[in-house]
Amino acid sequence: MTVDFLARLQFAFTISFHYFYPPMSIGLSIILVLMESLWLKTKNPLYHNMARFWTRIFALTFAIGVPTGIVMEFEFGTNWSTYSRFVGDVFGSPLAAEGIFAFFLESGFLAILLFGWDRVGPKLHFFATCMVALGTHFSAIWIVVANSWMQTPAAYHLVRQSVKPDGTLLSLPNGTIVETPLPPDYIYVPGDRVRAVVDSFWGMVFNPSSMQRLTHVVLAAWLTGAFVVLSISAYYLLRRRHLEFAHASMKVALAFGCVTAGLQMLSADTTARGVAQHQPVKLAAMEGLWQTGPEAPLGIIGSASWVRDAQGNKIGEKTTEIHIPGMLSILVSGDFLHPFTAAKTIVPGLDQLPSDQFILERHPDATPAQLPALRAQYWPPVPAVYQVYHLMVGAGVAIVVLCAVGAFLWWRGLLWNTNLLVTRCYLALLVPSVLLPQIANQAGWYTAELGRQPWIVYNLLKTSDAFSQSVKANEIIVSIVGFGLVYVMLFILFIYLLNAKIHLGPTTMEQSSALPEKWDFAGQRGHIADA
Amino acid sequence: MSALDPYLPTIWFILVGVLFTGYAMLDGFDLGVGGLHLWVHKEEHRRLFLNSIGPVWDGNEVWLVTGGGALFAAFPAVYATIFSGFYLAFILLLFALIFRAVSIEFRSKHNSSAWRGFWDFSFSASSVVASILIGVAIGNLIEGIPLDGRQEYVGGFFNLLSPYAVFTGITTAALFAMHGGIYLALKTEGELHEIVRHWAWRTVLVFLGCYFIFNIWTLVANPHVREVLADRPYTAIIFIANVLLVLAIPRELYHRRDFRAFLFSCGSMLLLMALFACTMYPNLVYSSHAPADFNLNEFTLASNPWNLTINNSRSTDLTLRNMLVIAVIGVPIVLSYTVCIYWIFRGKVKLHHDSY
Repeated sequence: MTVDFLARLQFAFTISFHYFYPPMSIGLSIILVLMESLWLKTKNPLYHNMARFWTRIFALTFAIGVPTGIVMEFEFGTNWSTYSRFVGDVFGSPLAAEGIFAFFLESGFLAILLFGWDRVGPKLHFFATCMVALGTHFSAIWIVVANSWMQTPAAYHLVRQSVKPDGTLLSLPNGTIVETPLPPDYIYVPGDRVRAVVDSFWGMVFNPSSMQRLTHVVLAAWLTGAFVVLSISAYYLLRRRHLEFAHASMKVALAFGCVTAGLQMLSADTTARGVAQHQPVKLAAMEGLWQTGPEAPLGIIGSASWVRDAQGNKIGEKTTEIHIPGMLSILVSGDFLHPFTAAKTIVPGLDQLPSDQFILERHPDATPAQLPALRAQYWPPVPAVYQVYHLMVGAGVAIVVLCAVGAFLWWRGLLWNTNLLVTRCYLALLVPSVLLPQIANQAGWYTAELGRQPWIVYNLLKTSDAFSQSVKANEIIVSIVGFGLVYVMLFILFIYLLNAKIHLGPTTMEQSSALPEKWDFAGQRGHIADA
Repeated sequence: MSALDPYLPTIWFILVGVLFTGYAMLDGFDLGVGGLHLWVHKEEHRRLFLNSIGPVWDGNEVWLVTGGGALFAAFPAVYATIFSGFYLAFILLLFALIFRAVSIEFRSKHNSSAWRGFWDFSFSASSVVASILIGVAIGNLIEGIPLDGRQEYVGGFFNLLSPYAVFTGITTAALFAMHGGIYLALKTEGELHEIVRHWAWRTVLVFLGCYFIFNIWTLVANPHVREVLADRPYTAIIFIANVLLVLAIPRELYHRRDFRAFLFSCGSMLLLMALFACTMYPNLVYSSHAPADFNLNEFTLASNPWNLTINNSRSTDLTLRNMLVIAVIGVPIVLSYTVCIYWIFRGKVKLHHDSY
């Protein structure tokens, strides 16, 4: 149980748990905007009831997303302080921007969203809902920008801080530490008193992968929110409860989900091509591609495993899978109109990634015989990355199929007829399918983060050189156990309260304290309306 | 903009301070309400306490998160050293903040008195623990913590719990309880308001008592503080102004000018942070360990080269400038809508079906 292992374990655990919630908040926030705007447009109190109900679900996801998110912001400092020192000049800014522009906005206007129904008019409330949605999206922007910098660092250079012979920092009389710029091809060695400093804020923000990955993450969050609504609505339809409410909610969510799913297919393709271009080792790991060459195959399902030499060192990789020949080459080239030419695209495999030159720059005394084993040190955990990547794709495909089937049933007018077997089967599938985007989100992030290993900043700083030096293993064991217990409790409470809210259901016009006076456009208070 | 460069570290020293002061003024009363929560027993009164902070506590907490983010961006070495050095204390703070958050959210969602009693206790205990931990951190920064020449913390966990640091924690809890009590006087009416008014001035006295002891103890136990403040005689004015401001609070409460009392309490927080700034600047963290050639018998920690200062823990001029642009754009926007939101929720707290 080394500090390195424990720090990774804790970060993985805390971020995985946290990441169940923000995508639901982000996705639901758009759905809330849609529903409230429908209400403002049509004045139909049904939409008002929908907005109230789904806001209650949103509030629950937000309530857990926030404290588990504060943990993440602190955890860079608590367990990865060496990383924080190394990248602080670059990485700290998007995190601070996230606080100033995103967290204040969403948490501030949340007050009106949750508690302001009776205090402000419908237009101001709708503005608040939009601000909360904007805040959640700004949060996604800044954190994905920061993470993308870790994947494809740009707009920075390294500097060396002056140290005395005994390793302590050397400062000038005024207290400043002299920092000497290092050349772009400088290779960081553990123990160096080196850090990254930013060259351009916008260059950091618009690093090679940030916009693609941001699109992919936000679309995934939209799908997560859509499927929460689809799942609960399907449940009501099957139980024949709150039928009008469930119909209307499902229409909004299905329309939203279908558009998003279509866009997500495009985004997935673009993002993967970006990985091929900027992180070829990660792509090779995702696809289990050993052999560099043209006509690279696209695996559907299978497994990757290590090839070891006589001493047990990793020197190679082999993949057993069902695959489509040449498809990976076509995808990497992006030229779908000329598949036969595109299939000739050479996709680098693990046998040549990283390059010999890359390895020799870092191990100048290496003999050619040693290169394969050294190369393997720079690979991510390929067997694991292969599986989580394919899990993500599988879940994504299932999501697209479910949206397509739903759209088809809707188009044929079959979706509302629960007497039909096909409809009942589809709705029954929708209920557990709330898990599909969650699985895709987790698997996707594990692909991204595991696939970046052994680097914490790709090709710059290794994860094993980045954890906090002053934290001891037994302290991390205490905190991991603590988080484990607390998060299990939070999860049980989340499920319990979600279940209670679902069973309570949307309040009817008679049951609720009805429309606040300011909202009562048509004098509908006191009228019994079907909800 | 580059004309500002020499002043950027100082500007950011102040801005990080502003963010944490904002946190103290706002989440201070949330934590204070939590600390006082178990002093009322009626179900309705407890719900009123929760709903007095209900709409605003989440936004208030963001000041801490943004302060931490700004610290990371402007003084990454301080962020790294403190957060990893105070490891278990920060983990405990995180648990306290988590429990505080879910206690408010979940407490009234179920009708059983065991459930509500549990979450009431959790809300109160987590608020008090968070308040104390914040104070313990401040106390440690003032008295100095063991750092090495690589800006790493070399102490253990129990180093952080010196009597002085613990007392700073207690003083902070008393401060927040006072602030929370005044806020509650502002937001409650009728029977509950009379109950709150009845003991709000007691929280003022407890805080004043702690404050006097704290300031005397700080000066007596910390030669480096005496040295720094000797060069800054205006600090005495800040201290006296603060005492006068706090003493004025019971009078405002007595005359039922609750809002003025609350403003004075906020002003007190501001002056306290100013006092803290005077004690620290340009240091951010005092180190109790020093290099071998620094004679601790001759010099105090005030000029210890191993202190973390605004100069040796900072980001580059470019980052500080970028961050300043972000702050200049972002903070006024945040302040404007925050004021609007507080104004929308002005007045006495009343329970309705959306309430906690």
